[in-house]
Amino acid sequence: MTSLNPLWVYLAASPLLGLTLTLCGYGIAHWIYTRCKFSPFANPVAIAIALISAALAAIGMSYRDYFAGAQFVHFLLGPATVALAIPLARQMPRFRRFALPLALGLAAGCVVAMVSAVGIVMLMDGGAQMAASIGPKSATSPIAMAISERMGGIPSLTAVLVISTGIFGSITARYWFDLLRIDSDEARGFALGVTSHGIGTARAFQISPQMGAFAGLGMGVNAILTALIAPWLLPRLIAWFG
Amino acid sequence: MVFTFSILLIFQCLGEGLVFALGLPIPGPVAGMLLLLAALTAFPALLDKLEDTGNELLRHLSLLFVPAGVGIMAAASSIGAHWLALVLSVIGSTLIAMAVTALVMRAAMARTADKEPPP
Repeated sequence: MTSLNPLWVYLAASPLLGLTLTLCGYGIAHWIYTRCKFSPFANPVAIAIALISAALAAIGMSYRDYFAGAQFVHFLLGPATVALAIPLARQMPRFRRFALPLALGLAAGCVVAMVSAVGIVMLMDGGAQMAASIGPKSATSPIAMAISERMGGIPSLTAVLVISTGIFGSITARYWFDLLRIDSDEARGFALGVTSHGIGTARAFQISPQMGAFAGLGMGVNAILTALIAPWLLPRLIAWFG
Repeated sequence: MVFTFSILLIFQCLGEGLVFALGLPIPGPVAGMLLLLAALTAFPALLDKLEDTGNELLRHLSLLFVPAGVGIMAAASSIGAHWLALVLSVIGSTLIAMAVTALVMRAAMARTADKEPPP
């Protein structure tokens, strides 16, 4: 074991290990997801996070050292967000056909997401700081964190809530839409993207490219609308419920 | 693949630059996505060139959330005294917002379908 020590110290100090853990963790999570016939409960993001967290705890690696390698994967979120324009452009004729339903669904969903999130926290005596932290939870994380900070929330707590919302929405969407008898892929995908941002969009792409495109559109337009109205709406909601 | 990635990175740079220059309240990649969407609408030939690699990248979108997710869940233990209110809010608000978005859209789709003759 002692002879392995220098090797271990060398590996742990390079970004290679964090990157390897990320890809292997996700590979296993995706294999489980496939074996479970893509059941929403086997959400690959949630399983990969759990596996990698357990591995880090087992080998005593800090998140900082892990992220030194994992950042190369993290970086790809930027170009991937830009790449969402590709399926969006492909679906443009269908977006035009559904322009009014999409606009109305977005307006309703964006406002209701903030009203209900703030309302539940305030009614449970969570206080203004918690309400400001959870208010923008359906927007993609950079937007939600910036809004939270401006409104007196805790940005790192907002990041936890955004990711939790994405995972929860991705797991429950299928059953919830079935229960509500929402049959169209357009409405299912768009509602998933509006409420569960990128993680919901990732789930929608695994079902079909069309649903993914509508989810990507929902994520993008909700990010913009939330950024525009949250600075005005959130303080009024907090004052009203408080 | 090199071509597609170059285009994606160029548009991300353009998006970041635009956001910085104009002080826009949206992230650079979202602005880049809108710029690329405008470019693809103007030049549909570009869409065919980007489509295969772009869709391959999006097929693995879940993977890209993992590094941030690991750090965020490590911080979840510091969520504090109000955890029950936050958990119920995430559950309740996500279900309510999903239902409202989808139901409003379904109602509006039924109305527009009534007015327009079938294609």
